[in-house]
Amino acid sequence: MAFFLSVLLSGISVGGQYALIAIGYTMVYGILRLINFAHGDVFMVAGLMLIYLSAAIPLYLAIPLMILLTVLLGFVIERAAYKPLRSAPRMSVMISAIGVSYLLQNTATYITGGQPMSYPSIPVLSDMVQVGPATTSMVTVVTPILVLVLVILLVQLINRTKIGMAMRAVAKDFETSQLMGIKINSVISATFIIGSFLAAIGSLLYFSNYTYITPSAGAMPGLKAFVAAVFGGIGSIPGAVIGAFIIGICENFVKVLPFEGASNFVDAFTFALLIVILAVKPTGLFGEKATDKV
Amino acid sequence: MKQTKKNSSALAGLILSVVLLALVIFLENSGLVPPTHILFTVLKKGAVYSLVAVSMNLLNGFTGLFSLGQAGFMLLGAYTYAILTVPTDVRDSVYYLYGGSAIHFSLQELFGSIFGNSGVGGAISLVLGVLLGLILAGCVAAFFAYLIGLPVLRLKSDYLAIATLGFAEILRAVFQWQKLGPITNGANMIKSFPTFSSFNIKAGGKVVLYLSTFVPFLLTIICVAIIVLLINSSYGRAFKAIRDDEIAAEAMGINLPRHKMLSFCISSFFAGIGGAMFAMFSNNAQAMPYTSAMTYEILLIVVIGGIGSISGSIIGTFLYVACAEWWLRGLDNGQFLFIKAPGVFRSGFRMVVFSVIIMVVVLFFRKGIMGNQELPQKLRSLKAHLGKKKEAAE
Repeated sequence: MAFFLSVLLSGISVGGQYALIAIGYTMVYGILRLINFAHGDVFMVAGLMLIYLSAAIPLYLAIPLMILLTVLLGFVIERAAYKPLRSAPRMSVMISAIGVSYLLQNTATYITGGQPMSYPSIPVLSDMVQVGPATTSMVTVVTPILVLVLVILLVQLINRTKIGMAMRAVAKDFETSQLMGIKINSVISATFIIGSFLAAIGSLLYFSNYTYITPSAGAMPGLKAFVAAVFGGIGSIPGAVIGAFIIGICENFVKVLPFEGASNFVDAFTFALLIVILAVKPTGLFGEKATDKV
Repeated sequence: MKQTKKNSSALAGLILSVVLLALVIFLENSGLVPPTHILFTVLKKGAVYSLVAVSMNLLNGFTGLFSLGQAGFMLLGAYTYAILTVPTDVRDSVYYLYGGSAIHFSLQELFGSIFGNSGVGGAISLVLGVLLGLILAGCVAAFFAYLIGLPVLRLKSDYLAIATLGFAEILRAVFQWQKLGPITNGANMIKSFPTFSSFNIKAGGKVVLYLSTFVPFLLTIICVAIIVLLINSSYGRAFKAIRDDEIAAEAMGINLPRHKMLSFCISSFFAGIGGAMFAMFSNNAQAMPYTSAMTYEILLIVVIGGIGSISGSIIGTFLYVACAEWWLRGLDNGQFLFIKAPGVFRSGFRMVVFSVIIMVVVLFFRKGIMGNQELPQKLRSLKAHLGKKKEAAE
């Protein structure tokens, strides 16, 4: 029972961290119809930045500064790499995203010298707590609560504010919303800022479970978060969150399956799930059915 | 009129290939460049990668299916080739962790039992064994492509990309599984199979004729020629029609699922052969290098060369490989051209410069080197362009 609970708890925690990344994917996809391959690497860079910042300044300053810089990074990436391609075919934008991901990973390798960098232990998050019969770290408990709070705030933002309304309009129809006087560039920038902000918080929670970061550390969580977004129905924020929790929990149970080498199949399981969903219900759990105009 | 034009371009291609092959043999054996020189690594890797790049271009550039599974199909090819061609007497030492291999034959020895294992007979059985190994590598990749194509080819552009990417990751996990150890050697590498340097002709312990660069060139030229023939056939025109407009293509009577599947399987077939050749190039087969990063690398090569141009992919590959392996090496070792700056030019800087170049190409030269034109066409238009300039100047 204690074992089951601890697996479930770590599943929920990982799921929450994926959820924070998945929101970034799903919002960008909803508006630009672009798989932002660089999002996972932004997440990794956020982790690296905290390592370097925390070496120079105290944590209570380093964390806000890291979040600020990550947001700035997301903003700059959109302006530099995606905005010039706004009228280009979708494939070009996706290739640009892959190029950005390549650039971020290579730059990270250069700066760190390819060495795994050890992540600082964050006081409250790394403490151990007792939940029922299971012992776990504080981050496991904090993650789902934080995710819920952030998601509720985000949904309020999207449903109640002017910029949220603009986002919904742009996601619905790019060109018409432009005709209606919506400044799509600022809406898209806002989307990237929100996505990067959540990725920065996600990286804080995710990497505090790990002792070190490598330049490729962002790729896998990034892809999984994307799978979560597809699972929930791309473009839908609650869908992405629920998808991420399901994937996080399933993944942790796959890891402890009683056969030799089960942990090798964690990533494979996620992608197998993706292929099954795409084959059975391509719109995901909450996705809207898109109709093609001829 | 059109027929003669086609024939003459085919002839030109043939002559170009023969000249190229002769040049490679001459370079290798003339002694002008020592056989351990980096040039040969570049040439071999370039030949292997250009086949993979062309196969990816067939799918992404000519059929408009955005697939990111190339590394997965390469992995299938590499393993198929390696498993089937490790000589029986070294199998125990290669698979020592699993108490020997589950497969007790190797292709070149099967042929060896017919043609003999030494001298000319040995050479024939080596060539036939490797050829059969390569073809089987392609077939296995194509078979798996068929299986995965059934569910995923119905998907739209970016969903297809992510599904094929996922499929490649699944393959990587399966091939590293301990339970399959007697076949795939688990996470360890398979080695000791015939590689490119096995084709060097030796006499009395000394190499008399180097063929280790010639062989990958020959293989790549044959495969690319087949792909070019395919693209110029009615199938190729159907592929291009699908790329340009699926709905219009369907209305013209092109069977979409069938042609997409055909393109996907053929592309994977050649990616499988490319994977087997990559295993031959790197002297080992293991799941580690066939990551999504490898697919991205090849995709970026295709973009640099020009999406939808075969000659562009080949030129792009050789440029990319030469820069990555040779010309920009100095950026990693402290000295580039005549600038010495060990502080800046340290390990990893080359790749940073490289990715910046790639981003510049992606953002500002979206058509790549060749756009969607082939070399002769490009040369002609270049000539016309220059002529016009001259006229204007006069």
